[in-house]
Amino acid sequence: MTSLDAFSPGGTPQTSTEHSAGDDLATGHSLILENIRIDQGSRPLLSLNTRIAPGEVLTLMGPSGVGKSTLLAYLAGFLAPAFSGQGRVLLNDRDLSRLPAETRQLGLLFQDPLLFPHLSVGGNLAFGMPRNVSRKKALKGERKATRQVRGEAIEAALEEIGLAGFADRDPTTLSGGQRARVALMRVLLSRPCAMLLDEPFSKLDASLRHEMRSLVFTRVQRLGLPTLMVTHDEADAKAAGGPVIELGAQY
Amino acid sequence: MRLFSPTIRTIPWLAMALLSLPVAGGLAGVLAPALGWLPALGGNELTLEHWRTLVATPGLADMVRLSLSAGLASALISLAIVMLFLGAFAETRALALVRRLLSPLLAVPHAAAAIGIAFLLAPSGLASRLLSPWPSGWDTPPDYLFPGDPWGLGLIIGLVIKEVPFLLLMSLAALPQCQAQARLRLARSLGYAPVTAFAKAVLPGLYPLIRLPIYAVIAFASANVEVAMILGPTTPPPLAVAVVRWINDPDLSMRFVASAAALLQLGVTLAALGLWWLGERLVASLSRTALTGGRREAGDRLWAGAGGLATLLAVLLLGGSLMGLVLWSLAAWWPFPAALPSPLSYHAWQGALPGLKEPLTQTALIGLAATGLSLLLTVGALEAEHLRHRGMAAWAELVLYLPLVVPPVAFLFGLVQLQVQAGLAPGALAVILAHSLFVLPYVFLSLAESYRRLDPRWAQVAASLGHSQASLFWRVRLPLLTVPILTAAAVGFSVSVGQYLPTLLMSAGRLSTLTTEAVSLASGGDRRLTAVYALMQLLLPALGFALALALPRLLMRHRSGVLNP
Repeated sequence: MTSLDAFSPGGTPQTSTEHSAGDDLATGHSLILENIRIDQGSRPLLSLNTRIAPGEVLTLMGPSGVGKSTLLAYLAGFLAPAFSGQGRVLLNDRDLSRLPAETRQLGLLFQDPLLFPHLSVGGNLAFGMPRNVSRKKALKGERKATRQVRGEAIEAALEEIGLAGFADRDPTTLSGGQRARVALMRVLLSRPCAMLLDEPFSKLDASLRHEMRSLVFTRVQRLGLPTLMVTHDEADAKAAGGPVIELGAQY
Repeated sequence: MRLFSPTIRTIPWLAMALLSLPVAGGLAGVLAPALGWLPALGGNELTLEHWRTLVATPGLADMVRLSLSAGLASALISLAIVMLFLGAFAETRALALVRRLLSPLLAVPHAAAAIGIAFLLAPSGLASRLLSPWPSGWDTPPDYLFPGDPWGLGLIIGLVIKEVPFLLLMSLAALPQCQAQARLRLARSLGYAPVTAFAKAVLPGLYPLIRLPIYAVIAFASANVEVAMILGPTTPPPLAVAVVRWINDPDLSMRFVASAAALLQLGVTLAALGLWWLGERLVASLSRTALTGGRREAGDRLWAGAGGLATLLAVLLLGGSLMGLVLWSLAAWWPFPAALPSPLSYHAWQGALPGLKEPLTQTALIGLAATGLSLLLTVGALEAEHLRHRGMAAWAELVLYLPLVVPPVAFLFGLVQLQVQAGLAPGALAVILAHSLFVLPYVFLSLAESYRRLDPRWAQVAASLGHSQASLFWRVRLPLLTVPILTAAAVGFSVSVGQYLPTLLMSAGRLSTLTTEAVSLASGGDRRLTAVYALMQLLLPALGFALALALPRLLMRHRSGVLNP
């Protein structure tokens, strides 16, 4: 399956960075949503039972208020106390539904890019990258080397999204499309095992939307990430090319 | 109604003038006497003589050290508690609960909290009684100096107890502004453990938003008088207390030294702020690499545990102080180490009642007047923002914080000197204006969020139905904001009730309020009477908050949309 060669332009494997071969990505697993059911108080909101294959994008469509975002919040581990959810979220035979949010390894792409204003563009990417040196090895020289490796990885990632040399820039100086790309790259660098997209293109204008769609969907496919997308734009569903589930306003 | 718009537009300037002129004038009013110029007292030439006297004062270095350490340590501890609490309990039900308890906690006057802490932690206080005779083995009160320990620890505890609710309130208001929830979720979805996610993703955005409140806390703590009089060491006391002693010295020539010392206090407070600022820089540069190092978990459980523990400790201290006050006010006979007094009696309350009437009336009247004035100016200034379609300028926010950052003892004493020079009689009016200096910023801070966040479409609907700006203000905006306006009024009232120094100085000691009485009783030996006054000091603002809660629910009980927007 894919290794991180997806991060290098033209598919050339990057062996010089920390993302060298041997870093096994936990890909190739399906995301299974087993008898998911979400209630608001005593009122049932939605139920879902499905399986998303590696690299497949399942689109959930429906009018606002039907509980799409609530479902994503349940999957990601942020369900508000007003709701209750049940059902298993299985990834590689692991039930995620009882785990704390930070251990689920579900990459979440929000409507807003949410780049941290207190960090540079490169700092935002570094925030997503895992720490790769155990503390025992963190002698002074190695630490410096680590920083260099991380810097190179960031530069490579920026190059891939057409933002080479942007590492030290203030995120507020980026255009909307550039911010969206950085946000995507930040999620991918955290090496998720599946992706959850929460209306990720709704705030972009029409021309950018097209570009971002193809960027996101090719990455997801190449990395073999099962992906759940929530949207109310039919063009999103069409571009994703995967199965579509329509949620109607119930009750 | 054509007068509406021009009137509203002048109000922000009035508010600015009320906040800045007394501070600037007051500072000028201490500058001249500090340099020897005060014709009323025969000072006709410029001299540094009084500075020499001040420097030669025994223990001056200790006074300065106490002021600095109290200011910095209490701010640091309070900030740490608040951040640990937020980090450990962000997005939990505990946070919602604390949010509800916060306003009443904030309403506890400083003096009452300090008296409560003194009664709780003193050698014969409630804490040592609960530990005695088992497990401590004490049959008589243990031998340690509290309140008034020479390191100022009691003072720091007393300040922390009051600063934590304030910083927490300011932080809770700032959290939505820095998109805290989205930041936290993003960081956690990237694999960051909760407290680490808070520290790395939320804190860098939150801190700049609460910087001014933190500076106000440092300034307050480094120059506070009433908490220091109740809990601080006495020989030597923190600088601000010494200044008040010199002001009240029967030897009027001591006023020159007092003026010099008041300016020194300003310098000490500025130095505390400067040191804190340097610390900010240091932390920022040290943490830069850690923020992007990618570490997902850094002692998360330890920090969460510390947050829980700190919160528990703060709640225990507050609850214990309150218990202690109630028990002492009802105690007939309470030998050590009995945990409870027996029998209980209303004797202290009955004895106190006749004397309470006067200070209670004064406190309430001054509080109502200062709150009314502040509310008028605040609502006017906020409405002017709507008229001008522009928010408050950055410098205007600094002016708002001016009376909270400049040590009151410095500029209030200057105002007293000016008052004397101008031949104006000290009295209620001067006290009310001086209270407004401190009430106005709190009323503004408490109301601004709700006022600005009110859905702009209400105004658009009203305008499209043909309503003028004035009609919109009276018939739409004010009714919709009933709840936050009453809450802001309750906050303002509680701030006024808690004021000690402005009352003391601007009335030349002639007006007695609950607070001035409580502070002077606290230095005496009658714990029962002191407890009664401290509780009254607590009850009056609590009554204000109860009214702010109950009135709209009563008057607008068929308009639940206004109550729960």
